[in-house]
Amino acid sequence: MSLHPMIAALRKHKAGVVLIALQIALTLAIVCNAIFIIYARIQNVQRPTGLDENNLFLITQQWVGAPSGDDPASIQKLDAMLKEDINALRAMPDVESVTPINSVPLFQSSWNGAMSLKPGAELRAGNARTTYYFGDESLMKTLGLHLIAGRNFTAADVTNKGFRDPTEANLVIVTKALADKLYPHGDAVGKVVYLDGASTPSTIIGEVERLQVPSVSSWASSFVWNSTIEPVRLNANFSRYAVRTKPGRLDAVMRQIPSTLYGVNPMRVLDDDSVKSFKDIRAEAYRADIGMAALMGVICLILLAVTAAGIVGLTSFWVGQRHRQIGVRRALGARKIDILHYFQLENLMIAGGGALVGIALAVGLNRLLMSKFEMDSMPVYYVLVGLAVVVVLGQIAVFVPARRASNVPPVVATRSA
Amino acid sequence: MFGYYLDLAIRSLKRSPGLTALMILIVAFGVGASMTSYSVFRAVSGDPIPWKSSRLFVPQIDMWGPKGRLDSTNDNEPPNAMDYLDAIALMRDHRAKYQSAMYAVSPSIVPPDAHMHPVNVGGHAVYSEFFAMLDVPFKYGSAWSADGDAQRAAVVVINAKLNQKLFGGNNSVGKTLDIDGKDYRIVGVLDNWNPKPTYFDVVNTGGFTSDQEDIFVPFTRAIDVGMPNNGNTNCSEIPKGSGFVGLQQSSCVWISYMVQLDDKAAVTAYRNYLDGYFNDQKAAGRFNWPLNNRLRDLPAWLESQHVVPSDTKISLVVALGLLVACLVNTAGLLLAKFLRRSGEIGVRRALGAPRLAIYTQFLIEAGMVGFTGGVLGLLLTWVGIHGISWVLPKEIASLARVDVSLLALTLAVAVIATMLAGLYPTFRASRVQPALQLKTN
Repeated sequence: MSLHPMIAALRKHKAGVVLIALQIALTLAIVCNAIFIIYARIQNVQRPTGLDENNLFLITQQWVGAPSGDDPASIQKLDAMLKEDINALRAMPDVESVTPINSVPLFQSSWNGAMSLKPGAELRAGNARTTYYFGDESLMKTLGLHLIAGRNFTAADVTNKGFRDPTEANLVIVTKALADKLYPHGDAVGKVVYLDGASTPSTIIGEVERLQVPSVSSWASSFVWNSTIEPVRLNANFSRYAVRTKPGRLDAVMRQIPSTLYGVNPMRVLDDDSVKSFKDIRAEAYRADIGMAALMGVICLILLAVTAAGIVGLTSFWVGQRHRQIGVRRALGARKIDILHYFQLENLMIAGGGALVGIALAVGLNRLLMSKFEMDSMPVYYVLVGLAVVVVLGQIAVFVPARRASNVPPVVATRSA
Repeated sequence: MFGYYLDLAIRSLKRSPGLTALMILIVAFGVGASMTSYSVFRAVSGDPIPWKSSRLFVPQIDMWGPKGRLDSTNDNEPPNAMDYLDAIALMRDHRAKYQSAMYAVSPSIVPPDAHMHPVNVGGHAVYSEFFAMLDVPFKYGSAWSADGDAQRAAVVVINAKLNQKLFGGNNSVGKTLDIDGKDYRIVGVLDNWNPKPTYFDVVNTGGFTSDQEDIFVPFTRAIDVGMPNNGNTNCSEIPKGSGFVGLQQSSCVWISYMVQLDDKAAVTAYRNYLDGYFNDQKAAGRFNWPLNNRLRDLPAWLESQHVVPSDTKISLVVALGLLVACLVNTAGLLLAKFLRRSGEIGVRRALGAPRLAIYTQFLIEAGMVGFTGGVLGLLLTWVGIHGISWVLPKEIASLARVDVSLLALTLAVAVIATMLAGLYPTFRASRVQPALQLKTN
């Protein structure tokens, strides 16, 4: 089929053509950026934390009128209270493992610093940023971490200190990501590091495969996998415990927690948020990401529907307008399929033209979002996917009016308009 | 004439119900999606204290110097909070009309009712001027006096919600409250004050949080009893001392600071004072880097701390894009619809109707589509705002709501936008050559 008559026909209604093309361009620009946002969020949500997340929950509680934790005697008092709680929790039926802990992955509260290979470095200029987890010898088992080199802490390694005590542990376990950053030859176990600009060394005794940092915010994105575990019970007026239950017993154990802990010591705060399953922690951490993906999805759907409806509407109008001409073409020997193809090809040309503009708009919108809102650069294939989507959408939308056009009988040619 | 055109428009729209319905739906969805996003944006970006925000300022002092900057950021921004030493020095010098250092606390409270378990509350340790500076509304009683600050008085101001929970909403002024095992006398009950964002301390609250501000205690008292801070603590070096006292002696920042300065002269004077303070400290050997202070007013401060979540802005940009796409679509459909009636236009023009009449007639028709789309869009906005609370973080979702101004804005956006979309089609319609149309027919 020659394109010349088609282009000549399109020039008769330039404005309509330009408007459809512009519509397709905008659709392409918005849809591929939205899909890019959706994909980035889903990828974020799906990354594993390194934990065995089933049958795991976290307790946060605060003692009322607890000692200040500013002097050695009161720290020992707090530590005794913490150990009482731990023992009571470990004695519960269906509890597999318990560790005191300062935070868990995806739980926003975090303790961050930097590691360096030299003593006394500036705190913020170490070799690698890291987050710290403080727990006892049961931490690995309770969180379900995979030790890939070295050894776990023993009960003898575990010490305790006040919440704001700046002394660092002698022994640490680090994630593989952090170990490889500090010692790229894969021989970090047994080597020393200096935590937070300390002048005394700490020895790496083990490596875990993966352990995410608590924060999912953008400020932590540069060191998401850099975690350090210290064999320390932190003593403050509050405490957190991670608890692993026997499979399927999570809810039952969680319900028992308030009565168990009040039984140990009633002068404490346990509220609605105090006992939280890891599933809930995950859902809360990623609520905003999932919400954003859903919102972008809805906007995409509305936009695609609107664009399709617009194409149907405008093409229908053109078919009505050219009713007689179609009849003439049919009378002169054009087959139904020729008429159908004519409208399909016409739409392809308009959509193609619009899509070319749309590619530029899509890249422009991505640049705008990058410069203003810390978005990443959109890979080229998103634009190509968007291109395919709008062209296919155009073809689907044009099919109905084009079919109607192809059904115009040749006899129309003989009637006056 | 208006009535006549309205009648014409209704007839015309009735003639092609499918196309009319399509246009209305498109306008409605475009307006509904963008107004839903806008309602969220409006909720989080609004000025929390519009009558006073230009007179509230946040001072920053560069007590860390260049070594305190993270390598990931290359701006020269000083720390966004204060260490204890400088906060106390600024309070002591007392150079602004009102000022308050503050830090977030989260103590436990033992309810007067012995059957209730202890509860955890949120709040701030502040100076007495905090309440006057931020126009905090009291239901019962009042703030403590400046003497209360100086004498480290064991007093507390509680918010309406906590008063409801503990005292059934009755006037509890003069009663005693057990905070962290120590007795405090209630001096004031707030009238449900819970501003969003929590602009007075975005550093420790992030601006939007589901935490309540339940209690306010004197800063000096909280320090005295060692009530620990509950929020961010940032250090450029590890504190030498241990415990909360060690934190107070360190250069770690954890205290928010706000001042009220009523006019330009006061701002200049305070700026000079801050610079002088820095230079004095430098002369004393504490700093060896150049002066790098900031004194931003509240709106600029909230902007610099990125209090409005970027997701909200991205959603608004994308939803406005959707609205534009919908309007381009509507313009195309209106064009088709108007030009289909070239014959009718030809007759009207031949009978003496001026171009202006054609303009009026078709713009009224476009406006009607816009208005109907707007009404439907309102409904969709309402659905959208309720739907969005399922997907947004709770603390933000609860802020978005439909009110009269959003209602009016939605209708106005729908009508004006559709009429804008109708401008070009109308222009084309008014250019129809009467002679040509009459001849072909």
